[in-house]
Amino acid sequence: MSAQPGTIAPSLIQEQRSRRDARHERLFRWLLKGCALLVLAALLGAAGATLWGGRSAFATFGWHFLVSTSWDPGNDVYGALVPVYGTIATSLIALLIAVPVSFGIALYLSEVAPAWLRTPVASAIELLAGIPSIIYGMWGLFIFAPFFANHIKPWLTNNLGDQPDDGKLSWVAQHVPFVGKLFGSSYPFGASILVAGIVLAIMIIPFISSVMREVFQTVPTRLKESAYALGSSTWEVSWDIVLPYTRSAVIGGIFLGLGRALGETMAVTFVLGNAMTLSASLLDPGTSIASTIANQFSEASGLQKSSLMALAFLLFVVTFFVLLIARLMLRQLAKKEGS
Amino acid sequence: MTDSALATNPAQVAAASAVAPKLTVRDLHFYYNGFHALKGINMDIPEKKVTAIIGPSGCGKSTLLRIFNRIYAIYPKLEAKGEIVLDGENILDPRYSMNRLRGKVGMVFQKPVPFPMTIFENVAYGIRHHEKLSKADMTGRVEQALRSAALWDEVKDKLKQNALGLSGGQQQRLCIARAIALKPEVLLLDEPTSALDPIATGRIEQLVEELKNEFTIVIVTHNMQQAARCSDLTAFMYMGELIEFDGTEKIFTKPGKKQTEDYITGRFG
Amino acid sequence: MSTIYLRRRITNWLAMGLSMLATLIGLAFLAWILWETLRQGISALNLKLFTRITANGADGGLANAMVGSLIINFIGIAIATPIGVLAGTWLAEYANRTKLGETIRFLNDILLSAPSIVMGLFVYTIIVLPSTALTHGSTSFSGFAGGVALALIALPVIVRTTDEMLRLVPSTLREAALSLGVPQWKLTLQILIRAARSGIITGVLLALARISGETAPLLFTAFGNNYMAINPIDKMSSLPQIIYQYANDPGDDLHAMAWAGAFVVTMFVLLLSLASRLVLSRSKVSHD
Repeated sequence: MSAQPGTIAPSLIQEQRSRRDARHERLFRWLLKGCALLVLAALLGAAGATLWGGRSAFATFGWHFLVSTSWDPGNDVYGALVPVYGTIATSLIALLIAVPVSFGIALYLSEVAPAWLRTPVASAIELLAGIPSIIYGMWGLFIFAPFFANHIKPWLTNNLGDQPDDGKLSWVAQHVPFVGKLFGSSYPFGASILVAGIVLAIMIIPFISSVMREVFQTVPTRLKESAYALGSSTWEVSWDIVLPYTRSAVIGGIFLGLGRALGETMAVTFVLGNAMTLSASLLDPGTSIASTIANQFSEASGLQKSSLMALAFLLFVVTFFVLLIARLMLRQLAKKEGS
Repeated sequence: MTDSALATNPAQVAAASAVAPKLTVRDLHFYYNGFHALKGINMDIPEKKVTAIIGPSGCGKSTLLRIFNRIYAIYPKLEAKGEIVLDGENILDPRYSMNRLRGKVGMVFQKPVPFPMTIFENVAYGIRHHEKLSKADMTGRVEQALRSAALWDEVKDKLKQNALGLSGGQQQRLCIARAIALKPEVLLLDEPTSALDPIATGRIEQLVEELKNEFTIVIVTHNMQQAARCSDLTAFMYMGELIEFDGTEKIFTKPGKKQTEDYITGRFG
Repeated sequence: MSTIYLRRRITNWLAMGLSMLATLIGLAFLAWILWETLRQGISALNLKLFTRITANGADGGLANAMVGSLIINFIGIAIATPIGVLAGTWLAEYANRTKLGETIRFLNDILLSAPSIVMGLFVYTIIVLPSTALTHGSTSFSGFAGGVALALIALPVIVRTTDEMLRLVPSTLREAALSLGVPQWKLTLQILIRAARSGIITGVLLALARISGETAPLLFTAFGNNYMAINPIDKMSSLPQIIYQYANDPGDDLHAMAWAGAFVVTMFVLLLSLASRLVLSRSKVSHD
């Protein structure tokens, strides 16, 4: 058998083949590694390109860029505060609405709903996550903002704001600090910081709730069963066992939603009203970093273009760290599971 | 069985059958993550015989088998020390070409693992890497391998179908065909029937009986009856050590060591 | 004693009721958004949309935007798929548990939700600006630049699914191939990627669904074009970009066309995610 001609190649040929294999193997490894390094290059490149593009804005305005509210193409003076405020305000409103709703959905789908209902409802919610953000923007612009202006805004300005139609201040506006300012507005349209926050909330609810649902499902059944065995109610098990067990990942999911909200362009651009002025009222129009860039970049040049690049750099750095925290938090639960 | 009449220790077995040992293991130690898994194994595996390795799970029998073709080397932090001599050369020497070793030593695993391709391609895939054959030669070679693995009659009409469609027993015979298509000299079987039903198991055992005319076979099994049925020699391992290695009949009727006897009679393991 | 029980029970009922309410709110908004897209989109659908171009304005169609979307998405997927699959393979097969591998896997997850408008500006800087400079302005914005921007968004999706799917392939398959003397690169390309094929296809479909609704990164790369453009070095229109432009226009006729475009994009995306689920569930059946 071993002497059969042709079956066992002479060792010279084998050595050549081994060397060729080793060469191919090295090439293949480098090709793969090169592709993986492109992921790194994309992140570094995006940061580098926007920093480079924004260099003259940073050089001209220095730290003043961060705290100035003026955005004045006529005099070529630019400050980031108005879009930065709009970005943060819309994202915080979105979180304020989305976190409790997402928690409710995740709780319902992992602990409350009958088994036959869980998969279809979860799939439907995930469908919401797949809808392109520009559709949310259009819906916000044509459907929700007018609805808000006609049905919700009058009630808010009259009962909470400091500029009611009939001039009579409500009890809340008189006695609770800040509320009057937040809801006072004479602007007649729906587009505003609050509407943008609500549209963003609807957009990030599917993300946050599906992360929460997934992490709730990682809680070991024996842990829940032993609590139920002590007579705990579903709510007590969720609040005392499930939530503490998954806390870091739940926070991670919330930060993931925040990262999405901060960087979102199309869902907010339509409903923010594109106003480059700072207003205390949530019912007044505003702008965000992403929508300022989307609205102005094509027609900008010189220092204005550089300022938009500088804004993009700020946005990228902030979302990077928010997402970094999110992933680190999510990883803690994965480690617990692994141990 | 002429072997039953043979002398009782492996050196004599080899001498009596007038063949030099195919594989010689000398003072083999194996470590993973610092754990000492094999402790000074010495054994001579004779050519064209079936050698079974038995022992309780965790005794190191599969580990030993996986050193014979250095498949362990694909995982990090594993280390083998000592010598395994195949036809006069130490295969643990890093200069020993992996291509050559894997061409000479074939392996079949616990669970059947057909590749996600057609039945024909499953057998031809390995050959292509070692030899350049014409289409006609390749067809002949695949048929020969499938015949040797007693699978030809069942698959000759569906060579172009996906191998994942075969039954578990057929898949395992396909894996054997795939291994012997390279014309190796040694065939390693790692609990080849543990995932199969009794009928499929019977066919594989029968196949082992036929294949030993051509190959040196080493089979790891947790099933003592299987070792008794289809091997010429049996090695008993316990806690990383080779306790006893002798003719199969001797091991199962007059074991030399107390531990072997306890295991054979089912007192532990 | 009984008051404690009563209070606990009421708390529980309240919490369960609120969780159900939250789910209903989520579903209601989904239904509202989908319903409006369907209602307004279908009522605006007509044959002109598919045959005429945007240069004709309210009397025109979206044909150039549809063709542009197809070309730009194709370029994006064609770039991102090979790079993403190879990068994901490196993470799963060669760098699993190495420091660099873990770092890149982690950063890829961040890239997955990085702001897409910044990716658009990145591609503007590395492709649009240099090509403007090199051709003295005759080529600036281009469909190709748009495709690269979308590729950057599709890349992390494909990397992640490839990585996850390959790590699900049982290690016995690797051992079986290696024991035949097959080198690792052949094993990877010819066996492992084939074994994980349906999962990888799912990832590519999901990536396509993700990029086909993207608007922000196209504004400063592909830019837009009111005429039919086929050559990727020309400025190119796309459905999301036209939706953005028409929705911002005061004209009601253009709003209707924006809704029609929104309907087409939404249907395309929903069908893609449905298809990706089908591919994945089919693969599960055949493996059992």
